[in-house]
Amino acid sequence: MGKRVAIIGVGMSKFGELWDKSLADISLEAGMYAIFDAQVKGKDIDGLIIGNMSAGRFTGQEHLGAQAADWGGLGNLPAYSVEAACASGGAAVRQAYMAILSGEHDVMLVLGTEKMSDVNQSMAMDTISVASDWEWEGMFGATFPALYAFMARRHMMEYGTTEEQLSMVTVKNHKNAAHNPWAQFQSPVPLEVVMKSGLLADPIRVLHSSPISDGAAGLVMCSAERAKEFTDTPVYVESSKQAGDTLALHDRADICSMSAVVSSSRSALKEAGLTIKDIDVFELHDSFTISEIIITEDIGIVKKGEGGKAVEEGLTEIDGKFPVNVSGGLKARGHPIGATGVAQIVELALQLRGDAEKRQVDGVEKAMSVNIGGTGATSIVHILGR
Amino acid sequence: MSEKGVAQFWRKIKAIYTIQGDHCTTCDTYYFPPRVVCPECRRKGQLEKYTFKGLGEIHTFAIVRQAPDTFKRQIPYIVAQVELDEGARLTAQIVNCDIEDVHIGMRVRSCFRKITEYGESGIIVYGYKFEPTMKVTGHE
Amino acid sequence: MVGIIGYGVYIPRYRIKTEKIAAVWGEDGENMAKGLGVFEKSVPGPDEDVATISVEAARNAVKRAQIDPTDIGAIYVGSESHPYAVKPTGTMVAEAIGCAPHMTCADLEFACKAGTAAIQVCMGLVKSNMIEIGLAIGSDTAQGRPGDALEYSAAAGGVAVLLGKKNAVATIEHTSSFTTDTPDFWRREGQAFPSHGARFTGEPAYFRHVGEGARALLEKTNTTVDDYDYFVFHSPNGKFPVAMGRQLGVPKEKLEDSLVVRQIGNTYSASAMMGLANVLDIADPGSKIFMTAYGSGAGSDSFVIRVEDEIVKRRGEVPTVQDYIERKTYVNYATYAKFRRKIKALG
Repeated sequence: MGKRVAIIGVGMSKFGELWDKSLADISLEAGMYAIFDAQVKGKDIDGLIIGNMSAGRFTGQEHLGAQAADWGGLGNLPAYSVEAACASGGAAVRQAYMAILSGEHDVMLVLGTEKMSDVNQSMAMDTISVASDWEWEGMFGATFPALYAFMARRHMMEYGTTEEQLSMVTVKNHKNAAHNPWAQFQSPVPLEVVMKSGLLADPIRVLHSSPISDGAAGLVMCSAERAKEFTDTPVYVESSKQAGDTLALHDRADICSMSAVVSSSRSALKEAGLTIKDIDVFELHDSFTISEIIITEDIGIVKKGEGGKAVEEGLTEIDGKFPVNVSGGLKARGHPIGATGVAQIVELALQLRGDAEKRQVDGVEKAMSVNIGGTGATSIVHILGR
Repeated sequence: MSEKGVAQFWRKIKAIYTIQGDHCTTCDTYYFPPRVVCPECRRKGQLEKYTFKGLGEIHTFAIVRQAPDTFKRQIPYIVAQVELDEGARLTAQIVNCDIEDVHIGMRVRSCFRKITEYGESGIIVYGYKFEPTMKVTGHE
Repeated sequence: MVGIIGYGVYIPRYRIKTEKIAAVWGEDGENMAKGLGVFEKSVPGPDEDVATISVEAARNAVKRAQIDPTDIGAIYVGSESHPYAVKPTGTMVAEAIGCAPHMTCADLEFACKAGTAAIQVCMGLVKSNMIEIGLAIGSDTAQGRPGDALEYSAAAGGVAVLLGKKNAVATIEHTSSFTTDTPDFWRREGQAFPSHGARFTGEPAYFRHVGEGARALLEKTNTTVDDYDYFVFHSPNGKFPVAMGRQLGVPKEKLEDSLVVRQIGNTYSASAMMGLANVLDIADPGSKIFMTAYGSGAGSDSFVIRVEDEIVKRRGEVPTVQDYIERKTYVNYATYAKFRRKIKALG
């Protein structure tokens, strides 16, 4: 389908525990950086989409679109939020893509934002778990890590994936994040430390799990025809696809695979006229390390069951054949839920522009992001190109 | 679920006290939790209420060691996906079982336990948990 | 004639030994256990309460009786540790066993004899044909004040009895009661633990009411101790029922099978009924059982029960009292205190 929508500017706030900043502060920060990066003027922007999972529960505020437009000085800008649990960011990108494609909007600001540290840890865990089937999974004692532990345990039983392999994903992503100035964690973590970290829900450990984070990421997107007005290095959305699956993990026949990921990645590649081998760099949703492993299988980097081996053999290292999460991924960059999907796109845009500095992968022409919601009930895939 | 909302829980009493779900007579599939529409047949489906026997086996499990306040007193506890004999799978805690003994394929049966309570003055939510089949469950 | 058409019990899995409790308070555990006649007691898990225990016992009773639960016309649950002060445990049980909504229900309290009081209520409703089948449950997760003598014996368990006219496994031939205002043991509204009159709980309370109540029923039925094969007295510990038996001239062997208190403690509203259930698990058809339950405050309910042939057919389907007694996992005092919410900060 080719180049119809472009990304002309990107911006991020730092990801971490940002005590001094409110949700609005970080949203505005990311938004303004994206606007400056795009070299657009405020009045050029004709719409704002925000990806956010649960500002209502985390901070007590809804109606974020109105707030961001107002406080950003963009006055009567049409703005609203979209929500798809952990895929809210990807959903926001997709929403803007579709709005621009339809011709209804020309230049849009996309924000992904979440502030999770304004509530205590117990409430944060409760809110995270509503991404699953809260009524029939969470309420009965399945914490969000327990659901991924269900998947990990079956994957270990059916394919021989080891705890060591689960831990190697962490080591890789932390190593990568050392070069990411916005990442929540920028120091490497030795394998033994990961393997000894406290258990959340056997076999998943604290260091296999993405953290609770605050953060925001922003993009300026516009129609491909107008892109060159603003920048010499536009990045194009070659495809944007979404698929769904059952909300509850227990309603799926095979919990070692996420059929929504299989389906959305396949149709995204098809639309872009590419095979998986054509993709040079990946941002894959590693809310837990097992999900990065499963996604590498589901998008076809490796065969089903070989995801653990792949990370062990270095296939997904920054200098490997299929570099995954060179930004540090959700594990090391952080996972402010609604921000993640947009942060993935920010990273891939920088990679395509050659602006990723010390974490730059050589010769990036095509990039792919997979952003999932809950335990895979939603999967949103974007393929970007130069 | 809203913290203080009683209707939301009350609506599900038959389902969570007795594991009552649905059976689609068109495609002969058993569903739990109860459904509005058969996901296979949609408008062609005919759903009738069905109370599960409460027997099944463990499909996968996890040992929860960090939990929110409502479950904190019980950690570490076992939570599992139980595949009921009729074919539907649900998520529930496994009780009366030592952590070392739980395994995929273990036969279990449902029992009636407290799931949660909304503070000291709120309502108590009861529902299903599962325990390994043994002499005191009426099995050998 | 009204009879027991089915019965079921439930005892939680956890146990704590008397010596473990004694060690915390600096007492001599071995002597304490021997003196009380209680060696270990049952402890409910953190997700168990009188409602959950009652449901498990009721489900066993229904299974044994092989009835359609919708034929149950009344449910009465007697306890001194109902989960709600206002909202009957019986309503949860009714929904859980599938007999709601065309039935009557209420919760009862009369210390340890609330369960047998429930039996008497159901007997009346069945006998008068107001209902076909009644469900009477005695169930408790009794609390002992930390450091108090009662902490050694206050245990958890439940017994459900179905009363009806058809296919009884045991007929209740007679019942009578003896009630006075006697303040031996009580708990004020809002208090976490009960209070009691120490030695006053003996002669003027337990022994007087059980003794006089039993003698009154023996006289009324023109029978003596020799006419019965089994005796069941409320068991607050392993000593009182034995002493009561001696006072009434009951041979020790006739009392033995009711003394489950030694291994599970005092299950309060379920106490006498648990002893009865243990006897019913093994008694031959034709046996006669004499039971007197006691509740502080105070009162006693006495029953003459004859075991019927039908009982043999209904054994084996449902776990026995001994099955539950044998199923146990020990906990230490710290875990026990955590489970029983004795640690204030946990709320």
